[in-house]
Amino acid sequence: MIRLENVSKTYKGGTSPALNNVSLDIQRGDFVFLVGSSGSGKSSMLRIMMREEKVDSGLALVLGENLTRISSSRVAQLRRKLGVVFQDFRLLPNKTVFQNVAFALQVIGRSKAFIETAVPDVLRLVGLEEKSSRYPRELSGGEQQRVAIARALVNRPDVLLADEPTGNLDPATSVEIMNLLDRINLSGTTVVMATHDRSIVDRMQKRVVEVKNGEIVRDAQTAGYKEIPSAEITTITTTTWAISESVEDQE
Amino acid sequence: MRIGLILQEMWAGIRSNITMVVSIILVAFVSLTFVGVTMLLQAQVGLMNSYWAKNAQVAIYLCTDYSPETACPTGIATDGEKAAVKAQLDSAAVSPYVESYAFEDQAQAYEKFVAEFGATGTAQYITADQLNEAFWVNLKDPNQSDLLVESFSGLGGVEEVRDQRSYLDGIFAFLNAASLMGAGVAAVMLLSATLLISTTIRLSAISRSREIGIMRLVGASRFSIQLPFILEGVVAAAIGGLLSVGATLAIVKYFVADFLATSLAFTSFVGIDDALRIAPYLIGIGIGLAVLSSAISIRRYLKA
Repeated sequence: MIRLENVSKTYKGGTSPALNNVSLDIQRGDFVFLVGSSGSGKSSMLRIMMREEKVDSGLALVLGENLTRISSSRVAQLRRKLGVVFQDFRLLPNKTVFQNVAFALQVIGRSKAFIETAVPDVLRLVGLEEKSSRYPRELSGGEQQRVAIARALVNRPDVLLADEPTGNLDPATSVEIMNLLDRINLSGTTVVMATHDRSIVDRMQKRVVEVKNGEIVRDAQTAGYKEIPSAEITTITTTTWAISESVEDQE
Repeated sequence: MRIGLILQEMWAGIRSNITMVVSIILVAFVSLTFVGVTMLLQAQVGLMNSYWAKNAQVAIYLCTDYSPETACPTGIATDGEKAAVKAQLDSAAVSPYVESYAFEDQAQAYEKFVAEFGATGTAQYITADQLNEAFWVNLKDPNQSDLLVESFSGLGGVEEVRDQRSYLDGIFAFLNAASLMGAGVAAVMLLSATLLISTTIRLSAISRSREIGIMRLVGASRFSIQLPFILEGVVAAAIGGLLSVGATLAIVKYFVADFLATSLAFTSFVGIDDALRIAPYLIGIGIGLAVLSSAISIRRYLKA
């Protein structure tokens, strides 16, 4: 699904690399936390996955696309299969909840009929069907983030990338959002979420990838923070990737 | 992305940047009007060239009592001298180049003068005997007037041989200078229109950076992201082009057709049809310019 292989990235004007020789493998249906302090490189990893940034060296594969050499029209196609959520929601203030979600479909040319059914569906999923004609300023932070999640999901993406989605929310609201993301994951969508909120990570009991100074220092399937030795992870992931690659070849 | 949505985005951009869009319209309007006037001036030069090629005559002016002594040392042209000029026109050396000629005596010259300048003006102080008798010659090829000048200038009783077209040299020089000036002003104005469009697109992109960001993240194509911005400049430039078409039509109608053509009847003038003929060029230049400048600035400010 997503694979980074020896990825390095240094931003223009940066002295130390944002990412240094990072390798990571994410399978279909996974729920992965990227944790680490600000500036550790977790957001850079997400930005590389959504092809907002190019890698300096190494290999980045997302949904079968090699991001190191991909045409800009393929980037647009790829992003239609990725949902993205940010800490600051990024809603359009002059559009209603419905219009904000519909906008994501309109700009990729989906039909009116599709929009009329898909938008109410996804608003029901995030529990906002009652508020579809409200404007973002009339909503609480948690509700605004749910609109952003609805917008990310409305085109039925394979992967949801979330960069600190609970960063602006109080603990109770954060729990609501995490429950929503969990439900989305259970329905088959791969979720990759960057956060520095320890309590959420502890509560969710999902795979945790810890990033520090641009390097992965821990990759653990947490069941109460029990770590899988990294050597074992490498073997498992390499094999499964080999399988999924051969499936792609047949396609 | 649907065309309706693209137009909606374009309209949102125009509304949020209305003062800049109005300035694009005005600069495009003025610059394209200069382009239009320059094109009309050149059309006028062409028109006058062909008009005078057909209608220009060479005048062989004969001496009067008032002629300067250097040209007419013996005073007024005698009947014998007139006959000699006529014989020269009919001679084998000259007649092959002559289409036709006519003799005009002083009374006829005075009538023509009165008809041209009116009985109340200068004609009050002019008498028929002050005007030259003349042979008016139509040449088969109007460019061969030098031939007549050479063969008649030295003849007795001839004051001057003059190709009428030589009176136009000054007018042509003036029209060409005006064309050059118009083209220069148009070039500078068009350059500022280009820069203005580019700046406007940058402002528009900044004011809608959130929309653009979302469009990119949900996978809108580069073309559908950029098109509303290009259209914004194109629409403004096209409106400026339309205004300049209106201005050139008005100049031709009210200045040339209603004023110049009635007060200066010596040649034909550019008409409404000429102004309509250049209209597509004006709009085309405006739109082409907008596409060019937005394509350049979008590369810089709207990476997709």
